[in-house]
Amino acid sequence: MADSPGPAPGRASRHGRAPSRRRRRGLGAVVEPVALLAPGLLFYAVLVLAPVALVTGYMFADRGRFGGVEWKLNFANFSRLLEPIYLDVFEKSVVIALTATVLALAIGYPTAYAITKMPPRWRTVALVLVVVPFWTNFLIRIYAWIVLLNSQGLLNDALVSTGITDERFTMLYTPGAVVIGLTYAYLPLMILPLYAAIDRIDAELLEASANLGANRFRTFLGVQLPLTLPGAITGCILVFVPSLGNFVVPELLGGGKTVMAGNLIRDQFLRSQDWPFGSVLAMSVVVMLVLLFLLQSWVTRRVEGVPRHG
Amino acid sequence: MNTTIRRSRSATAVLAILGATLAPALAACGDSDSGPEKPSAVGTDADVSGQKIVVSNWKDYMPDDIGKVYKKATGAELDITYHATNEELVAKVTGSGGDGLDVIFGSQPFLQAFAEAGLLEPIDPDSLENWANLDPKAIETAQVDGQPYWVPYTWGTTGICYRSDLVKKAPTSWYDLLTPADEYKGKVTMMGTERWAVLPAQKALGYSVNTTDTDEMAEVEDLMLKAKPNLLAYDDSTFYERLISGEAVMTEAWDGWCNYGTAENPDIKFAVPKEGSDLWSDGIAILKSSEHLDADYAFLDTILEAKTHAWVEENILYNIPNTAAQDLIATDLLKQYDTLGERRAEMLAGENMTDVGDEAADMYNQIITQVTAS
Repeated sequence: MADSPGPAPGRASRHGRAPSRRRRRGLGAVVEPVALLAPGLLFYAVLVLAPVALVTGYMFADRGRFGGVEWKLNFANFSRLLEPIYLDVFEKSVVIALTATVLALAIGYPTAYAITKMPPRWRTVALVLVVVPFWTNFLIRIYAWIVLLNSQGLLNDALVSTGITDERFTMLYTPGAVVIGLTYAYLPLMILPLYAAIDRIDAELLEASANLGANRFRTFLGVQLPLTLPGAITGCILVFVPSLGNFVVPELLGGGKTVMAGNLIRDQFLRSQDWPFGSVLAMSVVVMLVLLFLLQSWVTRRVEGVPRHG
Repeated sequence: MNTTIRRSRSATAVLAILGATLAPALAACGDSDSGPEKPSAVGTDADVSGQKIVVSNWKDYMPDDIGKVYKKATGAELDITYHATNEELVAKVTGSGGDGLDVIFGSQPFLQAFAEAGLLEPIDPDSLENWANLDPKAIETAQVDGQPYWVPYTWGTTGICYRSDLVKKAPTSWYDLLTPADEYKGKVTMMGTERWAVLPAQKALGYSVNTTDTDEMAEVEDLMLKAKPNLLAYDDSTFYERLISGEAVMTEAWDGWCNYGTAENPDIKFAVPKEGSDLWSDGIAILKSSEHLDADYAFLDTILEAKTHAWVEENILYNIPNTAAQDLIATDLLKQYDTLGERRAEMLAGENMTDVGDEAADMYNQIITQVTAS
């Protein structure tokens, strides 16, 4: 996240502790950072780097009999990726994940903005409420949407019994239901970084903008929006990434009729037992996501100038 | 009533990967060297008390007190682990070389593939006192090259599970599901897993469920594409719940699972379409890596005991291939669930679903991806 290392403006001192750090020399200067970094580095090496290296290796291998791979050089998996059916699935997945992201942004931005305007006590309550859904298992929350949306479900019951409609709607098992499920599931991941970004804006900047004659809309467009852009992009990535790889929501709310990249990858590993092709699919998603993160860091640097390392 | 069983029968794709096609079971070739491998010698009267075997099964797929029953009968102990799907079983058996596992429950095509890969201990019928309880037809499905490799446990067929109060007439053809009348459009489901996803179209067109013919499968794909817009969903685990709620009126279903619907609502009925269907079966096998063969055999014998095996039919509502156990089933139950009773013959008329081989399995997978992603 863009905001983690830097102290909040106006509060912490930028130079307070620096001299003491500079004074320390010798063994301590080496041992301390190594000791502090070791758990994290070990974690990344074992649980991120090693699996990624493994999957990268799988991409060039042959499929094994019972899943797994045989280590024979094989490039066929890459050309297979370009078959229309897979490109089509990728395109549909991106459209669905993007729609969910835009919706989450449209709902999340005003929500985050409203929370920053609350009195501090209520702010905490609101933030806790945003996170509370995470206390319930993901699957259970998605099943709840089945109860709400199905043709014999609560929403249809309400619509029919209030006389708003005569006929029951088919809402479940459509791409729209998948979008709703993804938006709902990942909305908190949009609200939190946005809240952090909006909350961080120096109130004096807004006053300055007003003093210089800008109305509130102009201030929003010219000051707040650009300053919160890194937070918004972080939120968008946090929603887009898991949406693209999700295979549970398309299955439960899409009724298996909508296939996303996540389903495709899952099926290659579990059903077709074609690990090499599954690896190629998975790695294509990883590459897409890395590009997104590069974009995010580029935008952040442009907005914030020098990186904020205190 | 146990209606919470979540047994995925979505097995077969994997098998296919396993390659090897099923050699004709009839081709028993005597004592020649090229014949099937022979079971290891087992002492039926061996003392197995104090031993402990590890069994992998689906949850709720055997009696809760099986451990106690087994211990009482043999003195040996049972350690049970679970797999949710056949795929998971594959990972367990092949991932660690089956280390620590002695006995596995799985579906026929998977067991077939395991046997062909040399992972299963051939079964010696003479070492099982209760082998004679088994239906000869089921024994036939448990063989590779004429040699039994597992003990048949349950079997069944696939058909249409429907709400008799919500459809004007009972479905009689796979086309009732594939090209439903206007009023049922959006109220039917089909399964989305490999073999059962293609089965309705295969049978509707008059082809074998084990076909490997690309032209036939191209027709199957066309028919599946035509069927998709009329589907409520692809569903192979909650279809009976959708019938209960009324969301769906006709669903592709296994006979045993349709019974879970019938248990909640007697208007839920099962039909085997006139074009025919499959006969699938699950079995229990011993892994070659097991070091407790005597205790393993004793476990198989415990399961095949009429009383134990009858529990399976009474509680899981699947048919069992155990004639002695069938005699113990109360007539009330057979009447309530006629797929277990007078309509059992419809299941037996099904075409046995076997491994289709590597290439065909790939083709099946491609077709299903094409259809579901369209």
